[in-house]
Amino acid sequence: MAGITSFGGYIPRYRLSRMVIVQNMAWYFPVIMAVAGGEKAVANWDEDSVSMAVAAAYDCMAGHDRKGLDALYFASTTMPFADRLNAGIVAAALNMRENGVSNADFASCMKAGTTAMISALDSVQAGSRKNVLVTASDQRRTKMATMFEMFYGDGAAAVLIGNEDVVADYLGSYSINCDFVDHYRGQAKEFDYGYEERWVRDIGYGKVIPEAISGFLAQSGMKIGDFAKVIYPCYFGGTHKAIAARLGIEKEKAQNNLHAVCGDTGTAHPLVMLVAALEEANPGDRLLVAGFGQGCDVLAFEVTEKIKNMKPRAGIKGSLANRVELTNYQKFTKFRDLITADLGIRGEANPNTSLTVLWRKRKMLLGLVGVQCKKCGTPQYPVYPTCVNPKCWSVNDFEDYEFSDKEGKILMFTGDMLSPSVDPPAVYGLIAFEGGGRTMFDFADCDLNQIKVGMKTRMSFRRRQADNMRGFTGYFWKAVPQMEGGGK
Amino acid sequence: MATGIRDKVAIIGMGCSQFGERWNDGPEELMVEAFTECLQDAGIEKTDIQAAWFGSCFDEVGVGKSALPVSMALRLPNISVTRVENYCASGTEAFRGAVYAVASGAYDIALAIGVEKLKDIGYGGLPEFSTAMGTLNQLWMANFTAPGGFAMLATSYAAKYGIDMSEVKQAMAHVSVKSHANGALNPKAHLRKPVTEEQVLNSPQIAYPLGLFDCCGVSDGSACAIVTTPEIAKSLGKKDLVTVKALQLSLSNGTEFAYDWDGDHFVTTSKASSEAYKEAGIKNPREEISMMEVHDCFSITELVTMEDLHISERGKAPKDVMDGFFDLNGGGVPCQVDGGLKCFGHPIGASGLRMLYEMYLQLHGRAGQRQLKDPKFGLTHNLGGFPFMNVCSIAIIGKQGA
Repeated sequence: MAGITSFGGYIPRYRLSRMVIVQNMAWYFPVIMAVAGGEKAVANWDEDSVSMAVAAAYDCMAGHDRKGLDALYFASTTMPFADRLNAGIVAAALNMRENGVSNADFASCMKAGTTAMISALDSVQAGSRKNVLVTASDQRRTKMATMFEMFYGDGAAAVLIGNEDVVADYLGSYSINCDFVDHYRGQAKEFDYGYEERWVRDIGYGKVIPEAISGFLAQSGMKIGDFAKVIYPCYFGGTHKAIAARLGIEKEKAQNNLHAVCGDTGTAHPLVMLVAALEEANPGDRLLVAGFGQGCDVLAFEVTEKIKNMKPRAGIKGSLANRVELTNYQKFTKFRDLITADLGIRGEANPNTSLTVLWRKRKMLLGLVGVQCKKCGTPQYPVYPTCVNPKCWSVNDFEDYEFSDKEGKILMFTGDMLSPSVDPPAVYGLIAFEGGGRTMFDFADCDLNQIKVGMKTRMSFRRRQADNMRGFTGYFWKAVPQMEGGGK
Repeated sequence: MATGIRDKVAIIGMGCSQFGERWNDGPEELMVEAFTECLQDAGIEKTDIQAAWFGSCFDEVGVGKSALPVSMALRLPNISVTRVENYCASGTEAFRGAVYAVASGAYDIALAIGVEKLKDIGYGGLPEFSTAMGTLNQLWMANFTAPGGFAMLATSYAAKYGIDMSEVKQAMAHVSVKSHANGALNPKAHLRKPVTEEQVLNSPQIAYPLGLFDCCGVSDGSACAIVTTPEIAKSLGKKDLVTVKALQLSLSNGTEFAYDWDGDHFVTTSKASSEAYKEAGIKNPREEISMMEVHDCFSITELVTMEDLHISERGKAPKDVMDGFFDLNGGGVPCQVDGGLKCFGHPIGASGLRMLYEMYLQLHGRAGQRQLKDPKFGLTHNLGGFPFMNVCSIAIIGKQGA
């Protein structure tokens, strides 16, 4: 039976208290005080929808062979490329197979994530694919002092769809598609344009979601009471409750919309909430998940015994726990490029990416795939044709060796005030990987004062270059020092 | 069987421009300034020079490509001129080219000249080099700078020997204080003010744990040398010849960076210096080397280099530094006698030759207030790149017969 065979999530480490936004911006638009509670997740300056999707995908693939994937779907409204398969970047970061796979982007709508799930489940049910990884991620820039700034958070989730060792059986789906435009972002526009909130609440979320869920129940013959959790995004707290009341969902069975702890993660949100629900679910629980946007998708699952066998992962729960408060509102606005600060003369350099090199070295650059010498066994990165071991130096006698999932430890480091950085100092150092291999990496998500030689690191896929002149976004891997308590 | 370079080539003339922020001069003026002094010192005509080697590093933002800039600036008589670039060893590489040319018998008299005009590019330090690192490296190499690259060495050095960072910083501070004291005595230095350890320790942080005063200056400058065989030198009436004793170069091959290394020393310097001592016939460098100009781009570089030159024992450089072993009148091996990169700044193509210039002056007893008593061997050292991946050059010159 088709269903979810694994799941993972990623919420970025920075959290911005909504009170901080209010303190800085309520003078301009006092209405934001109405939703001043809680905090939102904020992607670091070097993260975007693709990098967060990669983080969620790795989390999801814990204990699963990435080479076994037959397709990767990426859902987002904030993809870095309008023409270049964004799912292909995620796939390359996972070092997925290239032949015999079919990857796709699902875009332009808040329910693109659930639509991608339906497509994946359809293809697995049809038997045309065995393992499809669905990722959803959004990092939406918002104008300062807007309700969108208050509501939106950044995050990603991933679910693996397959038919072996299923942890949540797929019970079916139902969709409404209609051109209800609560908000939109026109081609080449930076920000969302929203329409009157009362209408969005009452005729949008408040009407479309219940209709879709009712439609599913009518189609399947199931009852709302059959479900242990009903999962639907709606950042209007009152409307979220009203939907539950209208459908007869008991209070504790309506999955929390995470407004208080991370905000609405857009396309990712139905999946983020689903993963959060799965993390707490017991075998036998039925889950109903809805994605809202120009209609509504509804999917139903039943959790199986296999959920107990899953390998440990950070998930939504773990990444929510890995939390550092961003107390500086200016830093947030700089991270999102809402304000102009001088990066200095060193920040002017903008070398063009050689697409021939990127193609030839795509495994090395996007997948962090090095090599292991067949003769002496030395894992090595970067990849040169001659083995780095001075006692070996054999030529072209290697097999691929993945570093992306290897822990490392810091051999030397610095925090550099001269290097151009959106968040100075630029912290970097030499990392020795467990099992062999070493190289220099920029560090991410860390506090210079807490870093020590010998500290453990994990690798994280990050945006390296945002070339505004040519519109190119480049990626590479960074080392994340595993600071005690997450570096709070 | 190779016999090495010892005593096969003599330096008959050297010149060095005033180093500093030469806002009113370009590389042409700087080269002519150094060359005029050098030619006068050698006592020959420009037309006696048969070939030249030219060192410059940031050609893209400096003089431009090829060796034409030097041929044009000096109006050399259509002789062969070769431009060399090997990071911070570029100046010493120019010297090596000229010395080897003479030693081979291909030419009688050759010129080595280096220049860098750093204060025409708008940067406070060295220019950004992401576009100069190659199309592959620019897609993945960490976002590092020169100070950051060397600053890392302090963290791993301290960890390796279990020395508290405050002690390392104290020793680094003394490295800078000592160089400033020497630079204050040198009219050609850029920075000529003595500084205190307190000033160094309180300077603003550039790259942890390096502060501003742990970093060398950024200057414009040029230096050059004219070399020939000892026989020709004598036929020109030269006495008390200064000859080349050793010239060694060592480059990283990725071992430090990608295989095995504690981040506590310079693999290349350790090797190049050993080879240089062998070539020069030096058995105990701590006793036999009279003076040194080493690559103090950053205080930590000089500190650690004392061990790789086999002058200080491993892990003991901070103690030697604090004992004043490298001070001008400390009774040990004076280091950065002219003020070093710290006070001369680092116009890259010129630095190696500027170091040799001081050794040359000292060996001839022409170093004024800085003059050491009867030096025999002077060692110069350049380290281009980063602790984990670099180019190291060592030159030893001395009195003929020493």
